[in-house]
Amino acid sequence: MVQCSSVTFDTSFTALSDATRRGVLEQLGRADASITDLADKFHMSLTGMKKHVGVLEQAGLVVTEKIGRVRTCKLGPRRLEEEAAWIERYRRLWSARFEELDKLVETLKRREKNDERKKRR
Amino acid sequence: MNARRDGEPVPPRNPVTVERTSDRELVVTRTFDAPAHIVFKAWTTPELFRQWWLPKSMGMVLRDCEMDVRTGGRYRLVFGEDPAQPAEFFGRYIEVVPNSRLVWTNEEGGESGPVTTVTFDEKDGRTFLTIHELYPSKEALDAAGTGAAEATRETFAQLDELLVMLCANAQA
Repeated sequence: MVQCSSVTFDTSFTALSDATRRGVLEQLGRADASITDLADKFHMSLTGMKKHVGVLEQAGLVVTEKIGRVRTCKLGPRRLEEEAAWIERYRRLWSARFEELDKLVETLKRREKNDERKKRR
Repeated sequence: MNARRDGEPVPPRNPVTVERTSDRELVVTRTFDAPAHIVFKAWTTPELFRQWWLPKSMGMVLRDCEMDVRTGGRYRLVFGEDPAQPAEFFGRYIEVVPNSRLVWTNEEGGESGPVTTVTFDEKDGRTFLTIHELYPSKEALDAAGTGAAEATRETFAQLDELLVMLCANAQA
């Protein structure tokens, strides 16, 4: 089916050889996080966490995006563990659902406020 | 001034978390900028529920939605465009506490279905929502996750895409 070069696996193994980096991947499988969040969670300096994220990023396991002053990390296109992949899919499904639910909830809230105003009159 | 503010949609900035808390449990959380009775209503009124349960990006149709939201009441969701091959999801509400708690069974998959508990915790006019799914076994949760129970083909198509991307990245 699909064949991958051994280079892929070498970088991955290096990236995954460290317990903190494995922890970071697990964490990002649950939710995106900023470098600061990750540093706090793993009781580590910002510089130390930046290095770890850098290694994961090079291996394609993590992607980062800077918005304003915050650099957000999420799982990259390469997933080694099936579990991380399905949790991410599950999260996306719920994110999409909840965005629709947000819209609906806003409408309901507005409707309720209008009804209250009418009642008061 | 109030009317104007009401007219502006508030951008959602509430992240979703998903965590497999044990071999048999999966927990999803999210905060909503609305009181619990409103969020609860959106979960328990069929006309409202069908407006959000299937996001447009999924490209699926919710053909039928029946909910008898009371302890012991049943629900039934029917998906799919082809009436000859409907995908049905059904079960029973084990516990219903208005505006705070919903517990239901998922019986379409036989005995491997989870029990879903949704709690609505209101604080300062916002609702912290928790969805807790308890599967009868580790294997059942594994199967649900890898898509053995549903959408197997879609899962593997996505896995294929992933692998293609993976190799493209490695060679770049």
